[in-house]
Amino acid sequence: MIEDFAARFPYIATAILLVIGLYGMMGKRSLVKQVIGLTIFQSAVILFFISGSLLEGATLPILHGVHGPEHADPDDFVNPLPHVLMLTAIVVGVGITGVALSFLISIYREFGTLDERELLDEMRK
Amino acid sequence: MTGTTPSVLPLAAVLVPALAAALAALTTERRRNLRDAWATLAGALMTVIVVAMLAGALDGRVHRTSLVEIAPGVELALRADPAGMIFGLLVSVLWVAAGVYAVGYMRGEHERKQTRFFTAFGLSIAAAAGVALAENLLTFVVFYELLSLFTYPLVTHRETESALSAGRKYLAYTLSGGVLLIGGTAWIYTLGIDGTFQAGGFLEGAGLSRATEWGLFVLLAAGVGVKAAVMPLHSWLPSAMVAPTPVSALLHAVAVVKAGVFGMMRVGVFVFGAALLEDMGAWLLLAVLSAATLLIGSMLALRHDNLKRRLAYSTISHLAYIVLGVALIGPLALTGALLHIVGHGVTKITLFFAAGAIHVRTHKENVSELDGIGRQMPVTMGAFTAAALSMVGIPPFVLFTSKLYLAWGAAEVGQQAFLVVYLLSGVLAAGYLFPIVFRAFWRSSPDHPRYGEADVRMVGPIAVTAALALLWGIAPDFPLGFLELASRVAADAFPGAGVMTAGGG
Amino acid sequence: MDQIPVFIPGAPLLLSLVVPLLGRAWRRSVFPVAALGIALSALASAFTLDRVLEGGPFRYWLGGWAPPVGIEYALDEVSAFVSLAITSVALLALISTRRWAEREAGDRPGVFYGLALLLVAGLTGIVLTGDLFNLFVFLEIASLAAYGLVFIGGRKAMVAGFRYLIIGSIGGTLYLLGVGFIYFATGTLSMAEAQELLGSSESGRAVQAGAAFIFAGLGLKMGLVPLHLWLPDAYEHAPSSVNSLIAPVMTKVAGYAMLRMTLSVFPPGYFTGAVPIADALLVLGLIGIVFGSVAAAAQSDLRRMLAYSSISQLAFIAVGIGLGTPLALAAALLHVANHAAMKGTLFLAAASIRLRVGLQRTHNLAGLGPRMPVTMGAFAVGAVAMVGIPPTAGFFSKWYMAQAGLQAGQWIVVAVVLASSLLTAVYLFRALEQVYLRPAKPEPSGRHHNGEDAEEHQPPSAAPPVRGVVARASEAPWDVWVPLALLAAATVALGVFNAAIMERVLLPGVTP
Repeated sequence: MIEDFAARFPYIATAILLVIGLYGMMGKRSLVKQVIGLTIFQSAVILFFISGSLLEGATLPILHGVHGPEHADPDDFVNPLPHVLMLTAIVVGVGITGVALSFLISIYREFGTLDERELLDEMRK
Repeated sequence: MTGTTPSVLPLAAVLVPALAAALAALTTERRRNLRDAWATLAGALMTVIVVAMLAGALDGRVHRTSLVEIAPGVELALRADPAGMIFGLLVSVLWVAAGVYAVGYMRGEHERKQTRFFTAFGLSIAAAAGVALAENLLTFVVFYELLSLFTYPLVTHRETESALSAGRKYLAYTLSGGVLLIGGTAWIYTLGIDGTFQAGGFLEGAGLSRATEWGLFVLLAAGVGVKAAVMPLHSWLPSAMVAPTPVSALLHAVAVVKAGVFGMMRVGVFVFGAALLEDMGAWLLLAVLSAATLLIGSMLALRHDNLKRRLAYSTISHLAYIVLGVALIGPLALTGALLHIVGHGVTKITLFFAAGAIHVRTHKENVSELDGIGRQMPVTMGAFTAAALSMVGIPPFVLFTSKLYLAWGAAEVGQQAFLVVYLLSGVLAAGYLFPIVFRAFWRSSPDHPRYGEADVRMVGPIAVTAALALLWGIAPDFPLGFLELASRVAADAFPGAGVMTAGGG
Repeated sequence: MDQIPVFIPGAPLLLSLVVPLLGRAWRRSVFPVAALGIALSALASAFTLDRVLEGGPFRYWLGGWAPPVGIEYALDEVSAFVSLAITSVALLALISTRRWAEREAGDRPGVFYGLALLLVAGLTGIVLTGDLFNLFVFLEIASLAAYGLVFIGGRKAMVAGFRYLIIGSIGGTLYLLGVGFIYFATGTLSMAEAQELLGSSESGRAVQAGAAFIFAGLGLKMGLVPLHLWLPDAYEHAPSSVNSLIAPVMTKVAGYAMLRMTLSVFPPGYFTGAVPIADALLVLGLIGIVFGSVAAAAQSDLRRMLAYSSISQLAFIAVGIGLGTPLALAAALLHVANHAAMKGTLFLAAASIRLRVGLQRTHNLAGLGPRMPVTMGAFAVGAVAMVGIPPTAGFFSKWYMAQAGLQAGQWIVVAVVLASSLLTAVYLFRALEQVYLRPAKPEPSGRHHNGEDAEEHQPPSAAPPVRGVVARASEAPWDVWVPLALLAAATVALGVFNAAIMERVLLPGVTP
């Protein structure tokens, strides 16, 4: 039971974070909180990738590192590719968050509010 | 079977009216004489082109144009086979008359947007020519749908509220019919069957289950049945009467409804084939529906005082003659049906032309207002009377000949019940047409102002089409060989050429 | 010559960096440079398509790095064709809406055209890439550009753009999550390798979950019912220069990505077994076709009507993927190109109408037909093609889809696909009836005459319209209507010559 839980912990943690993020985006009226939700949502996926590449007792994939110069057993290294991918994903995420925040500034200047319901009322006028 | 010879003539027959439409669209309103001349010139040219293909159709070297591969393995191809030639000849000859008439009518009524009218008119003729000459089912569908599209601006031409609602109804019916037809066509091609029209049909021996055959029959027959105004799919047609009269003439005599019955003939004879229709029993469904349409249409025509509406119901009834002729699956009945396409075309267009001429001169639309009109417009009403005699089936007019073949065909296949239907409806036709003639000539006019004949551009075509109704009654083969073409189609469709019995009856 | 494919996304991508800078120094240069960038991309697509047709599909390794290290472009008939379609439509849209861009981009045309180039770069990247993660990156590049472009459309567009951003990002993130599952199951991000590995081994739950996430994410991006809620607002309020750029291509590319997943990532037949994605797409697609058409019929705003119509047409693509047979996939791909041309025509015509009369409610457009003959003629061609009258493009996607449905014995597909013609006719012929058959009104009715976003950009002399704005209308300038007419002609040409496209390009492309 506990082992099952431990084995699936990354999945469960990811799922919890995803749900929190979704709730932030869908359930909150404040556009700022929606952006926060989006960030949590994206972070969940990033954590999922990182946790998926994790290996117990492994180290950085630098060939001349702790294991000695000729050591090349892949089991002793964490998979570097997801980390690299997530660097890109983080950049994308930061880009989206940045754009979203700049949108919020413009919206606030235009409407004087960031409350979704008030904004939708404005839209219908 | 007959061979084909590559030729550009079938394509030219479709392109000429389309080109006339383009020229009409590009000619400004100020040069309207030139604009209106295009239609007549193109009509004459198209007639020459179609007639040039006549010899080929009769001696087995059918002219054929292949345009482009429109779907994998299916060509967009036109072919002037005898059946298509009948429709093509009718369209081109009557277009000349309708083109001249339309000029007189549109100017007499001071209709607006005449450029759009003549453009759409030309495009409709092009589409009708495409329907006539289509070599395979998909090509047929392409032009059939285009015909619906191009006639829509004609139906709504007046732009009144009733014209717009008639247009919506027209589109709803024809597009729905088109969808059914497309569905059936797609099904046939999906089954891996080559959809090229063949006299005698191509579905027999394709190894289809009976359910599939029935499904295809319902889809295709309902698809073309909408334009053929087979009840209960007819109600768009009387509504479309709000259109200007040349359009009504085009819809009812030349292009649309004839495309429907022609399609029914293509489906019945060239897709399913006599043997299969008989085997399935589908002929009986079609025959009963069309016989009912025939009688009910005639009776409804009796009830309507509005002249154009009365003529519309008369059209519905006469289209059913043709469908019934196809459904009876005998060589004589088929010959009669094809002749009836021609005869009804030239007769009904005369009646509509006359109705339009009366309207231009007197602005009267109802039968009850036409007392004494015959003495004021003798040529118009004389032609009307001739056409009425033809509609009833009095010799020596053309519809007598076609009805003779149809009745003979019904007797030939042993369907005396339908023979009775044919005879009965002749009586009904007399019932709804002769009172008009009677009023026109034997009642005195209540109006003091005397109306003269309409413009010569209207009276001329009326006289010509009435004369044609007489001429083709006396000599169906002169000069265009309608009877010979029709007999050729019947001979190809019934290669046994002997006595046929329908429905095991 | 071997390096030509890199220009397809490369040219617009590089120029998208140059153009904003150029815009500061020399404003008038940005439009020609942007057009040049997209034209180069289109040209490279055409060359690539030619090469694929001559010598068969090939792979292009970016920078010469072979996968799994490098990024791979998969250049086959389908990707080259779709890329050509996208870039051509985008080029025509860009040229035709230049006057709108001048108004709407305000004093920063460089930014506008930079985003437009970025959008095209992203979209072509999605189409060409053979790498799952690279697809994510391009998807987000294109989406970011689209958010920005929608956002500049004024007050309402801001809110619509923000919601588009939130929902679009959820879609992108879900896709990435799905890719994670696939990656951990197979250890590769290359589509080709993933397909091999997924085909050879029993698929575990992880892969199934990954597939579900990927399709949910792409479904959001393409506006598949019930994930379409962001779309109508975004399309209605987006600037006129933008929605004719985004609407024909953006959602279509997400649909293409879905097709790509079906064709090149998951093994053939994968979705019909344990994972009911095909069935789900089929059902949602059928619902979407009907829903989109019915909702479109209820709209009075031209662009909102077209937006709902897009939902319906995208659902059509989903139906093709759901059926999954080669013919259905080819029909869906043909529809990607057809719909890009048809919807591009309609949106460009809408932009041209707004340019001349500032109106977008259909009932206010009465009498416009004879006054703007080319614009409205193109609109009519686009509308007729959408309804599916042969021999226009729209007919043949329906034709093949109906055939595919018949082959698969899915009667309901055939019925819905064919009936959708009639539903489409309801709203498009109603618009045509207004435009051609009703007289011009003396004054536009409803608040929306010269809607507030239009007002901001209209020159003061033109707003507010005093009287008979339609009656005084005249045809748009030639640089507006020539691209529009070309696109309308393309919808007919795509129909007439569809057999060549199907036989030489699409059917070989979808047959494994």
